[in-house]
Amino acid sequence: MNKRYLSVLVDNHAGVLARVSSLFCQRGFNIDSLTVSATDDPTVSRITIACQGDETTYDQILKQTRKLVETRAILSLDPSVSLLRELLLLKVACDEPTRGALRDVAAIYKAKIIDLSPGSMVMELTGEPDKIDNFIKLIAADHEILEMCRTGVTALERGPVRYKLD
Amino acid sequence: MILKGAEIITQVLIEEGVDTVFGYPGGSVLDLYDALYMHRDQITHYITAHEQGASHAADGYARATGKTGVVISTSGPGATNLVTGIATAYMDSVPLVALTGNVSTSLIGRDSFQEVFITGITMPITKHNFIVRRVEDLADTLRKAFAIAQEGRKGPVLVDLPKDVMQNSCEFTPKTPVAPKLHEAEESAVAAAAALINESKRPLLYFGGGVQQSGAGEELRALIEKADIPACYTLMAAGVLGYGERNNLGLLGMHGCFTSNKAADQADLILAVGTRFSDRVALNTQKFGRNAKILHMDIDPSEVGKNVRADASVVGDIKDALTKLLPLVSPAVHEEWHEAIDEWKKQDYTPTDSETTLKPHQVIGAICDIAGENALYVTDVGQHQMWAAQYIRHTQPRHFLTSGGLGTMGYGYGASIGARIATGKDNRAMPVVHITSDGSFHMNMNEACTAVSYNLPIISVIMNNAVLGMVRQWQTVFYGKRYSASEPERKTDFAKVAEGFGAKGYRCTTLEEFRAAFAEAMKQTGPVWIECVIDREERVLPMIPAGGTVDDIIMN
Repeated sequence: MNKRYLSVLVDNHAGVLARVSSLFCQRGFNIDSLTVSATDDPTVSRITIACQGDETTYDQILKQTRKLVETRAILSLDPSVSLLRELLLLKVACDEPTRGALRDVAAIYKAKIIDLSPGSMVMELTGEPDKIDNFIKLIAADHEILEMCRTGVTALERGPVRYKLD
Repeated sequence: MILKGAEIITQVLIEEGVDTVFGYPGGSVLDLYDALYMHRDQITHYITAHEQGASHAADGYARATGKTGVVISTSGPGATNLVTGIATAYMDSVPLVALTGNVSTSLIGRDSFQEVFITGITMPITKHNFIVRRVEDLADTLRKAFAIAQEGRKGPVLVDLPKDVMQNSCEFTPKTPVAPKLHEAEESAVAAAAALINESKRPLLYFGGGVQQSGAGEELRALIEKADIPACYTLMAAGVLGYGERNNLGLLGMHGCFTSNKAADQADLILAVGTRFSDRVALNTQKFGRNAKILHMDIDPSEVGKNVRADASVVGDIKDALTKLLPLVSPAVHEEWHEAIDEWKKQDYTPTDSETTLKPHQVIGAICDIAGENALYVTDVGQHQMWAAQYIRHTQPRHFLTSGGLGTMGYGYGASIGARIATGKDNRAMPVVHITSDGSFHMNMNEACTAVSYNLPIISVIMNNAVLGMVRQWQTVFYGKRYSASEPERKTDFAKVAEGFGAKGYRCTTLEEFRAAFAEAMKQTGPVWIECVIDREERVLPMIPAGGTVDDIIMN
């Protein structure tokens, strides 16, 4: 199963997200993450979807999503020429003896410590999904994760390209 | 001019050329019905017994004419009763606009009386749907709905109309509808398709409802003749090719003929036109057309490669694609291929006639004899539907209406009403014959009251085997004859029920009785039911089990 990333530009209407997710659900396409965000055009929103599937399934995902009336453009993002970013908030149990070790890992990964409370620390990390995965794995090996939140992938292609709306 | 929302709706309907609508009134659409009353000389509204019947009527109207069918219901249960009809239209790509009332915008989201989130419910069974929240958006939303229903691959669109939106007023500017954009086939793809056809020794054309939808029957026939390509069809395309034509092999798929299925198995090129390799045709997606290159032509790009691999494809309107293809294909004769096919034809299943009992194929044969070439047929779903598809000597496009994709039992009566209204109400000009069964007919026979109210001469032929025949057939073949819930032991006296509705009813047990009853029915100006008592052991043959190939065909 290959990881796939697609960027769907849709009309900025109420209900568009329901339509896209209903389509994925009906056709049995699994979503790893989905983010919706504003674009520079107030009439258009961007839905970035990370999913997995073989070539045939992915081809169907693209074609079926393109068919939605509110889909204005759809781009399959090639990870080698795209910038994929995700934001992580990670709350870890910590006391004075473990604080230093956590700070070291954070420094190496360029994660920010954004909260320090008695018994816990919250770290913020931005990066490619793989980097986030590795960071979590590393922390989890020696520390207790209390809570975490990942935003899901948001992405853009490199270079002076711009989507064309239907 | 400043108009009320309800009046704007009627204005847009008239703009779009709508003169016939089907529906059922209720609290949230009273304003719309009031506006329809004012315009009753321009738009005829037909009220059915149940909203489901209205949705099938609008569907039947659309299938018979190619125009967009329009159905109206009130909010809540009125709207949910449309769901089966909308899904039926969606699966068979039928252009339909459903207008549902809803509670006023201030009451939406409060679980108000007869409130339902119908745009949410119908999201996966419409091409698109809308809820209109401001009267200012009403006219253009409706126009968009009509455009979407007819554009590209056709289908149903629902517009949800809160009551206050229909009561409020705003400026209305009339507009002329624009013709739907033609989806042109790409020249290079067409050229590649022609090359495949020209090098093929054993080509087979397999076509579906898309040919009918784009009105490409003549272009298809021209291609078949020029390149000498034998052809078979799906349920959705019955009638596009004439019954007796040499190159018309017959129905393909689960209950298709041996020849068609064998040809699909042995062809070196399958030219799939306006069709979608459904699991009732490509029963085994891995083995379907296993010796062939597959060339897929369809208006919907998402169909290419969805169910079965495509070696080449042409995406676009079928009529446009075939018109471009025709000059590029070389005239050909495939004598060896025909010889093989002629041999298979000898092995095709032929049912045995009976002198004493009513046999489905003989009933249908008699119908075709008496109803003539111009008859329009509507079926319900089950064994009778397959017999109708197999034995009606189809001669014309848009003259065989059936629920193919969704397989909706109870589709037939409503659809017959729509088709009857669309084609004039005269059996002499064009009989409308509704072929049904006791199972399907029990679902929506209430629509007899509609046919009586409007004097609609619809001949319903009810194949009564007293069981749910198709379910029972599967139980016979695959479930060790454990007839779970398929033998309901009903005692309905159809002739009496017909009379109770104000229709005419007959009961027949022999072919002679049936011929007499049908001839009598042809003279009527209102609905007629003819019950045909058939044996419960009657089966639909041949049959290829789900997932099988022609090697698994059951012939007796």
